[in-house]
Amino acid sequence: MARIAGVDLPRNKRMGTALTYIYGIGPVIAKDILAKAKVDENKRTDVLGEDEIARIRDVIEATYKVEGDLRREVSMNIKRLMDLGCYRGLRHRKGLPVRGQRTHSNARTRRGGKRGVVRR
Amino acid sequence: MARSLKKGPFVDAHLWKKLAGEAAGNTRQVIKTWSRRSTVTPEFIGRTLAIHNGKKFIPVFITDNMVGHKLGEFAPTRHFVTHPTDKKVKKVP
Repeated sequence: MARIAGVDLPRNKRMGTALTYIYGIGPVIAKDILAKAKVDENKRTDVLGEDEIARIRDVIEATYKVEGDLRREVSMNIKRLMDLGCYRGLRHRKGLPVRGQRTHSNARTRRGGKRGVVRR
Repeated sequence: MARSLKKGPFVDAHLWKKLAGEAAGNTRQVIKTWSRRSTVTPEFIGRTLAIHNGKKFIPVFITDNMVGHKLGEFAPTRHFVTHPTDKKVKKVP
């Protein structure tokens, strides 16, 4: 079992997929990391050697922002908008869609679950 | 699509003139503007602009975080109306 970027322990998957379990790494970036670290993307996490894991870890640390740091950056960006008093910030504050979508109907993801009329 | 870097940020010419010209010596003065489409550039920092929202002018003090946004983003054009809270319901005996 490998432990990369703190808490993630993906297992029994091809490395190309396993790395996507880390927040901030998708399929494309995973491939890119493996190419840079010279690790076969078809190899499973279990059979990886310590040196290979170390190389992957180094590449991620050097080039990408992942997990906590990335989450913090995202929430800081949102906080900046909210403190600024600009339109996007107001929408974030109200929990409504930010990018001009309609709210007459839909927008359920941002506005929370359905609140229907009670039928009898 | 993003604007070409070659052109630089867009600021309405009349607003730019006002900012650089008559009010340059007097940074306290509030500039009234209808130009919601203008980008905030570093030259705006520390000034107060009264931005038109379609009905009245909203005074906005420009801070350095606001650079890169459009002026219109800081003067909401819609007023959100809610129903009054049910305070008076109890009055009925």
